Amino acid sequence: MITAGIDIGSITAKAALVENGKILGTKVTFTGYNAEAAGRKVYEDVLADSGLEASAVGKIVSTGYGRNSVKFADRTFTEIMAHAAGANFLKPEVRTIIDIGGQDSKAIALDERGKVKNFVMNDKCAAGTGRFLEVMARALEVDLDEFGAMSLQSGAPSKISSLCTVFAESEVISLIARGEQRFDIIAGIHESIAARISSMIARVGLTEPVMITGGVARNAGVVAALEGKLGVKIAVLPSAQVNGAIGAAILASSL
Amino acid sequence: MSEAKSEKEKRKIQSEKKMRDIMTAYYIDAKTARQNNKKVAWITSGGPVEPLIAMDIIPVYPENHGAMIGASKMGVDLCEKAEAMGYSNDLCSYARSDISCATVNGGPIGGLPEPDMLVCCNNICGTVLKWYEVQARYFNIPLFIFDTPFCHTEYTKEAKRYVERQIGEYVAFLEGVCGRKMDQDRMKDVGRISFEGQKLWQEVLDTAVNKPSPMTAFDAFFHLALIVTLRGTQQTIDYYQGLLAEMKDRIRDGIGAIAQEKYRLLWDNLPIWYRMKWLSKKFAEHDACLVADTYTSAWCGAMKYIDENKFLDSMAEAYSRIYLNIGVDEMARMVIAMIDKYQVDGFVLHSNRSCKPYSLGQFDIQRIVEKERNIPCLMIEADMVDERSFSESQISTRIDAFMEIIKDRKKGRA
Ligand code: SF4
Repeated sequence: MITAGIDIGSITAKAALVENGKILGTKVTFTGYNAEAAGRKVYEDVLADSGLEASAVGKIVSTGYGRNSVKFADRTFTEIMAHAAGANFLKPEVRTIIDIGGQDSKAIALDERGKVKNFVMNDKCAAGTGRFLEVMARALEVDLDEFGAMSLQSGAPSKISSLCTVFAESEVISLIARGEQRFDIIAGIHESIAARISSMIARVGLTEPVMITGGVARNAGVVAALEGKLGVKIAVLPSAQVNGAIGAAILASSL
Repeated sequence: MSEAKSEKEKRKIQSEKKMRDIMTAYYIDAKTARQNNKKVAWITSGGPVEPLIAMDIIPVYPENHGAMIGASKMGVDLCEKAEAMGYSNDLCSYARSDISCATVNGGPIGGLPEPDMLVCCNNICGTVLKWYEVQARYFNIPLFIFDTPFCHTEYTKEAKRYVERQIGEYVAFLEGVCGRKMDQDRMKDVGRISFEGQKLWQEVLDTAVNKPSPMTAFDAFFHLALIVTLRGTQQTIDYYQGLLAEMKDRIRDGIGAIAQEKYRLLWDNLPIWYRMKWLSKKFAEHDACLVADTYTSAWCGAMKYIDENKFLDSMAEAYSRIYLNIGVDEMARMVIAMIDKYQVDGFVLHSNRSCKPYSLGQFDIQRIVEKERNIPCLMIEADMVDERSFSESQISTRIDAFMEIIKDRKKGRA
C-alpha cells in the first residue's frame, strides 16, 4: 500500500510518499499563513512529482503543529511520534533524536525498540529554533544558507549570553557595532543554540547513536557546535528536514 | 433531552450547586461583617485558621480570591495593573492580582471585604511575607506572622519549641485585636471539627482509587474551597459528608467522572484556573482521567501529626510539615505513594511560573519518579492565573505526545 505523510511546520510544509519500505518521493514548500492550503499544496506537489494519482494512496497521516488543519488525513500524530517513526525507519539503531524546527526544538529519547521513551520541548521561547536563526540572519544581513559554512571559519566564537531572541538580536547588533567578525558572531549564535539544546538532552538522557532532524539540520555549524558540546557524533541524513513526513507515512502504513 | 446532554447530566456532581450556595453565603457574610460587628482577618491558605474560627473572626483568603480571579479570566488585567504599580511580572500572580485588586475593588466579586487584621504563615512560601506586609501598610492594620521553619528532613526539637511558642503569641494577638479572651472549650471543639473535616476531605479524595474514578482532580480543585476557607466549621463537615455519600453512590452505580476511563493520571502543582475546562476536555478526549493531585491533598496531608484532642499544641507540627514546607526527597516519596495508591499510568507536572516553592524541585521529582516507577511524565509550563504564560498549541502538542506514549506503553504491556 502507498501511504502519505504530511508534516505542517510553522515555516515549511513537508510531504512524503512511502510504499513497502521504500520512499517514493518527498517535497518541501512554505507554509505561509494558511496551513490548510499548504497541506493540500504540498500533497498535490509530491503526487505530481512522483507521477501518482491521489486514488493510489491508501492512508494519510498528518503531523506537525498544523496537523489538525489537514482535513483529508486519516489520522494525526504529534511530531514526536512522527520523528521517532522516521528515525526508526531510516536508521533503526538511533536512540536520541534532536529535532530543531522553525518554532520549536525537541530532544527525544528512544527505547531499545525505537519507541519514544521520553521527550522534552523548548519552553515558550524561540531561542534555540529556526526562527531564532532567521532573526539573526536578518540582523547580520547574511543568507541563512551560508550560516553553516561561515561559522566553520571561526576560531573564536563570540559570546551570546541572552536567552531571549529579541535581546539576543540586540546583543548581536552591538557585537557588529563593536567590530566583531561576522563568522565569529554566527559561530557564537550556533554555540548558544547548542547550549540550549544540550540542556534539553541532559533532561532526557544522552544515549548514542544520535541523529538530528528538522530544517536546522542542514546548518553544518549548528551540528558542529552540538557535536562539540555533547562530545558525540551526530548523524545527519539528507532527508533530515522531511524526517517527520516520512515518519508520518510510515505510521500511516500500520493504520 | 438529547443523548449527549443526558450523558453529561449523569456525570454532573450534584453537590456542586450546594457548594456554590455556601460560598456565596460565605462571601456575603464576610462582606457585611462590619454591619454585623464582626471582624475579618485575611489569612494565607496554609495558615492556622482554627483560632480565628474559635474567636468568631471571619477568615478571608486572598489566594482563594486569586483562584476565582483566575477562573473568571480576570487575571491578566489585574496582573497588568500590578505591573503598572511597579511590581515585577515574576511575582506570584496571586500576589499581583490581590495587591492591585485591593486598590480598585475589581475582580469577580468586586474585591474582598476590608480586613481588620492579617495573618501570614510562611509554610507555603516566602512571597506571602512581603505580600502581607504590603497589604498591612496599605490598610494600616496589624499583621501577625506565623513563622514555620522549613523541614528539609525533619522537624527538629528547636523548630518545635520555636513554632509552639508562637501559638501563644498568635492567640494573644487575636485577643488583643478583638479585645476579648479566647474561649478554650470552643477552641477545642473547633480543633476537633477541623480534624474531622480534614479526615472527610481525605475520604472524598480516596474515592478516586476506584476504577472508574467518580471524580477528577478538576472536581477536587472545585470542591476544595471549603476545606481551605471554612475548615473548622460544622458546615464543612456536613458538606463533605454529602459529597462523600454522592461519590459512594456513583461508585455503586458505576458512574465514572469521564465517559471512558482508560488511563489514569496524577497532577502536580496548582491548577491552571483559566483553562480547567479546556484541559479536562483535552484529557477526556484521550480517555484519560486525572484522578488525583498533590495540591488538593495538601489540606489533609499532615493529619498524622495532629492530635485532635490537643489541637492547638499539635497544630504547630502539622502546619510546619505541609507539602510545600518539606524537602524534595520527602515530596517525591509522597508523590510515589500517590502513584501507587491511585494506580496511575502517568504523571503531569504543571511548572507554574508563579509558584516557585512548588515548581523548583519538579525536575528532581520527575527524575525520581521516572527512576522508581518508570511511568511517563509530562511537564507543562504555564501559570495558575496569568494567561499570558499559557501557549495553547504548545501545550496541546505536548499532551497529545504524552498520551501517545502512554497508549503505546499500555498496548505494549497488554
Ligand atoms: S508563591 Fe505559591 S505558595 Fe506562595 S502565594 Fe503564590 S501560589 Fe501560593
